[in-house]
Amino acid sequence: MRELRIHGRGGQGSVTAAELIAVAAFESGVYAQAFPAFGVERRGAPVQAFVRFSDRKIRLRSQVYSPDYVIVQDRTLIGDVNVFQGLKDGGIAVINTEMAPDFGVPAHVQVITLDATSIALEVLGVPITNTTLMGAFAAASGEIEFSALEKALRQRFPGVMADRNVEAARRAYGMVGGAA
Amino acid sequence: MMEIMEGSHAVAEIVKYCRPQVIAAYPITPQTHIVEALAQMVANCEIDAEYITVESEFSALSACLGASAAGSRVYSATTSQGLALMFEVCFNVAGMRQPVVMSIANRSLGAPLSIWNDQQDSISLRDSGWIQLYAEDNQEAADLHLIAYRVCEDHSVLLPAFVCFDGFILSHTYEPVDMPTQEEVDGYLPPFVPYQRLDAKDPLSMGMYATPEYYMEFRYEIDRAMQRAKQVLVRAGTEFSEQFGRDYTGLVEGYRLDGADTALVAMGSICGTVKDAVDEMRDAGKKVGLLKIRTFRPFPAPEIADALRDVGTVAVLDKNISLGNSGAVGTEVKAALYGSGIRVLDYIIGLGGRDVRKEDIAKIVDLAEKGEGDMFYGLRTEVL
Repeated sequence: MRELRIHGRGGQGSVTAAELIAVAAFESGVYAQAFPAFGVERRGAPVQAFVRFSDRKIRLRSQVYSPDYVIVQDRTLIGDVNVFQGLKDGGIAVINTEMAPDFGVPAHVQVITLDATSIALEVLGVPITNTTLMGAFAAASGEIEFSALEKALRQRFPGVMADRNVEAARRAYGMVGGAA
Repeated sequence: MMEIMEGSHAVAEIVKYCRPQVIAAYPITPQTHIVEALAQMVANCEIDAEYITVESEFSALSACLGASAAGSRVYSATTSQGLALMFEVCFNVAGMRQPVVMSIANRSLGAPLSIWNDQQDSISLRDSGWIQLYAEDNQEAADLHLIAYRVCEDHSVLLPAFVCFDGFILSHTYEPVDMPTQEEVDGYLPPFVPYQRLDAKDPLSMGMYATPEYYMEFRYEIDRAMQRAKQVLVRAGTEFSEQFGRDYTGLVEGYRLDGADTALVAMGSICGTVKDAVDEMRDAGKKVGLLKIRTFRPFPAPEIADALRDVGTVAVLDKNISLGNSGAVGTEVKAALYGSGIRVLDYIIGLGGRDVRKEDIAKIVDLAEKGEGDMFYGLRTEVL
């Protein structure tokens, strides 16, 4: 079983990202479970959401403590929140930042940075980076196929909004090394 | 068809297929997405139901009681303080023998205010005359609604039921659920045939005044109906298993109990984590198993005694506390095993959303094997 933890701030769509990644993983043919860190969500406050992936039915209900992957939607969280906590050896961190990593990265972690905010602003017109980062995650982790991600996005968003979110995800997917 | 969806939506979807005729709910906190989704389905004409929005949970269940008495299949959902506000009506629904089915997304009760999960809300209504079923996952949460309607509406039962599934841990979790079709549900759940109903042409009264000459007999009849519900649950569960291929033949469910020295006993979503923990402990050579209690009311005491007859130690996990005594499940399991010589220890866990991990289950097994129990597990002693 592999586990993902998503860090974001209230309003950035971290819970939606977890749900859509789970939907895409399910579409890709594995069992998936997505759930938020239950709390009173306020705009701007640090939030977390989780996804589990497995080839077998997932029975475990505890929170995620040793993820294989983390997604960080907002680099200003780093420092306030230990986003690398418990990340497994060789684990992958996908971080939204326009800068080179200027934060302490544990030696055992593979960090992938991308300027998701600029992609989101350009493609969606709003700095909501969840769908862009989903594309980056798909390429970095190999857990979900891009076609499944596209399907999940089209199920969730109507018409042009779906097109734009798919495009944002596709750009990030390409940047991180996938060929969508 | 296998779909991935949120627990609340899985419940709303299955309730739609149960063809409720009246849905009454209080839509504001504490509530789940279930009634929001159902309201949308009614507005979209996907369900031919009267949807009554009310000003409180007390009114929600009162509306359900009246609609059920008039001969409708009814539905509501609530949790936590919302269920607490229904307390009085719960006793009336059971006393008037109305087969109301209600989903409870289990959450803790204040004070202190907590929105998180435990099972204190439904456990606190264990004596109200409602059948209580507890789901391990969202598949079971959905399936148990079909079984609940079948059992409640059976004329040898005529009692209401809570279908309990852990708040947040299941209600807000996306996972795959095998959702039946309307035709499949229709093949399992026939239309509601009231035993009697309010009818202006043939008047009758329900919930009348009962003097000391009669009151006890009414209570006795409710208890007898609850006892009869056991075999009806087994029958409905067996037919469900035959039609849908998922096993609900027992009121309890054993997991790797063969040759177990120590058995954990639990209800609800914690059973999934316990199963994973049991697998790890078995791999490490520990003889451990789980007994999942799916039906808490009627309480399956003989079935529990039978399932646990060969173990030496039993560790009961209680997501509730009967303050001044111990956990409700532990108390009842001890009574069920009275005289057997089996050591039964109770552990209060996971109150108010405290996370329970596989490591915690292993530690509880270690404690039980040392004879240490009847305690709150995992207290943060530094804040006491």
